[in-house]
Amino acid sequence: MYITDKILPELPAPSSSKGVLHWLKTNLFSSPVNILITFLGLFLIYKIVPPAIQWAFIDATWVADTREECLGEGKGACWAYISNRFGQVMYGFYPPEEYWRPNLAGILLILLTSLLFIKQMPKKVWIGAFILLVFPFIAYFLIHGGSFGLSEVGTDKWGGLMLTLIISLVGIAAALPLGIILALGRRSTMPVVKSICVIFIEFWRGVPLITVLFMASVMLPLFLPEGSDFDKLARAMIGIILFQAAYVAEVVRGGLQAIPKGQYEASVAMGLSYWKSMNLIILPQALKLVIPGLVNTFIALFKDTTLVLIIGLFDLLAIIENVLGSDSSWLGFFTEGLVFAAFVFWIFCFSMSRYSMALERKLDTGHKH
Amino acid sequence: MKKNIILGLAITAAMFSTTVSASTLEDVKKAGVLKCGVTTGLAGFSSPDKDGNWTGLDVDTCRAVAAAVLGDAKKVKFNPLTAKERFTALQSGEIDMLSRNTTWTLTRDASLGLNFAGVNYYDGQGFMVSKKLGVKSAKELDGAAVCIQAGTTTELNLADYFKSNNMKFKAITFDTSDQTIKGFEAGRCDMLTSDQSQLYALRIKLAKPDDAVVLPEVISKEPLGPVVRQGDDQWFNIVKWSLNAMINAEEMGVTKDNVKEMKKSKDPAIGRLMGGQGEKLGLDDAWSYNIISQVGNYGEIFEKNVGKGSPLKIERGLNALWNKGGIMYAPPIR
Repeated sequence: MYITDKILPELPAPSSSKGVLHWLKTNLFSSPVNILITFLGLFLIYKIVPPAIQWAFIDATWVADTREECLGEGKGACWAYISNRFGQVMYGFYPPEEYWRPNLAGILLILLTSLLFIKQMPKKVWIGAFILLVFPFIAYFLIHGGSFGLSEVGTDKWGGLMLTLIISLVGIAAALPLGIILALGRRSTMPVVKSICVIFIEFWRGVPLITVLFMASVMLPLFLPEGSDFDKLARAMIGIILFQAAYVAEVVRGGLQAIPKGQYEASVAMGLSYWKSMNLIILPQALKLVIPGLVNTFIALFKDTTLVLIIGLFDLLAIIENVLGSDSSWLGFFTEGLVFAAFVFWIFCFSMSRYSMALERKLDTGHKH
Repeated sequence: MKKNIILGLAITAAMFSTTVSASTLEDVKKAGVLKCGVTTGLAGFSSPDKDGNWTGLDVDTCRAVAAAVLGDAKKVKFNPLTAKERFTALQSGEIDMLSRNTTWTLTRDASLGLNFAGVNYYDGQGFMVSKKLGVKSAKELDGAAVCIQAGTTTELNLADYFKSNNMKFKAITFDTSDQTIKGFEAGRCDMLTSDQSQLYALRIKLAKPDDAVVLPEVISKEPLGPVVRQGDDQWFNIVKWSLNAMINAEEMGVTKDNVKEMKKSKDPAIGRLMGGQGEKLGLDDAWSYNIISQVGNYGEIFEKNVGKGSPLKIERGLNALWNKGGIMYAPPIR
């Protein structure tokens, strides 16, 4: 028998349960099936990745003045196809000498939002309200112009990544508050409010976005007096906001339902009014719960903006596919165009999902399992 | 409250009556700009260039009307439209004319409240095959696999053509024209079918364009032309004769470059083209001069956008003048 009165020091783990080899063994080669899958995966990576890198980087043509410079044996991707008209890819038909205006609006937005990330910042609510309520007008005056000595640039000139971002940002910023109100309305005990919200949500959720856009662009003008020129982008944007609000409402309603009944009762017992109890007790908890769902709908919206081509608006994808793709002196590079568009979309969607994960961690109060 | 509703109705009614009574010509003159519907991007027909200016055969047709009406070919606002939107955009007054690669058919002309103001490109469905096959005619292609874009009339035309020739084919459908040409390039089919004007653009997209040939057969009639709303005959005439003026100018040898000298020509036909007819259309007398000097004659815009002067290199074919082996024919200006 071995007796000791001291706690023995911890020994390092045996070499068979740590290190690279151990990791490989347990994760990649733990069973015959896994060994097979590992080798299959390696084979696929070998088959796909090196040729893709070869095509996209090593053999690629970055600068070219004519299509012919991109063609020939052993030539890879032709990025000159994108870079030659990069301005249009980013801004559509916006006049190049005015590019500083959307740039300035973008920088302003980034600065304002970054204020919100500073922990010690006082009056965050006011900054947030400014971004949501005042900034859109500043941005509109900057980008659209027509006053304060800025030349007017009509919405038909907007396009490219700028249009994609404008549509999705406005869609997200406007749909979130509207969606929250709809969700609260749907759970209201007032029959009229409740039925209006239910009908609204079910109607907009029941139609595809492409139909909404089509109605807004094609059918609406038939009902309006002849010759009345209601901006196409505004029509599309209203359609997108209403559509998106219905989805947000259902996500938020899920959050509201997940809050224990005790919280509602407690807030009533505290003597808080309906709006106060929602603002201070229920919504902060509910919205925190539904961050993944909300970001999901926002990512979906971001990608759905590509549908605006069907009403003749040139978003990023439409500029690449239709405008660059129809240039008769640069025919035949649609692969490059699609790869580039996919890359840009991926960057934005991926950052959105990373941000939402960071937000979840920041707001975590230990209720998660 | 009731008063407000009545007031609102009255205002709406007033708006209706004022806009309906005004003619398209007056509207365009008042706006100082012609609103023209084009495609959302089709090589050679309407496509925005590097500086965002629209170019193409359909675009130049719009520019000709703007030159005739407003005296400036640049005063056009191009409204890119998808195939589904195009007719409603015209009916609702969002655009003044449609020049969007649109085939003139009885149904469209008679039942949509539209008028086709002529033909600016005679298109038709054709075939492209690999040179290696050594085929001279589509009739040698019994049992061929055909790459085709799904959901288009080309699919129906193809079935009709093979049926009437007692031949069989296997359709391999794709969603977009880009996928179709990729499928053809990958050897998934023996031939590719599409409108001839598109075949040339598709051919350029091949890695080795010279390995494919466009066969001479044309199996459908696709006359493409500008469209206006029905019920405004004056505007209909203006669009129709703007196009006719370009075709007549080519026939008489009046070009963008020599139009100034030609103005002094003693030939009475050229004299009539150059002036004296504007009033009948409700236009300035320099209307046709403006078209030719700013846009060019039909031959010039054809060669510049889709013909020899462009990468597409489409032959004149049917679109040559009637006295040069084609069917492009315009009634006389007199």
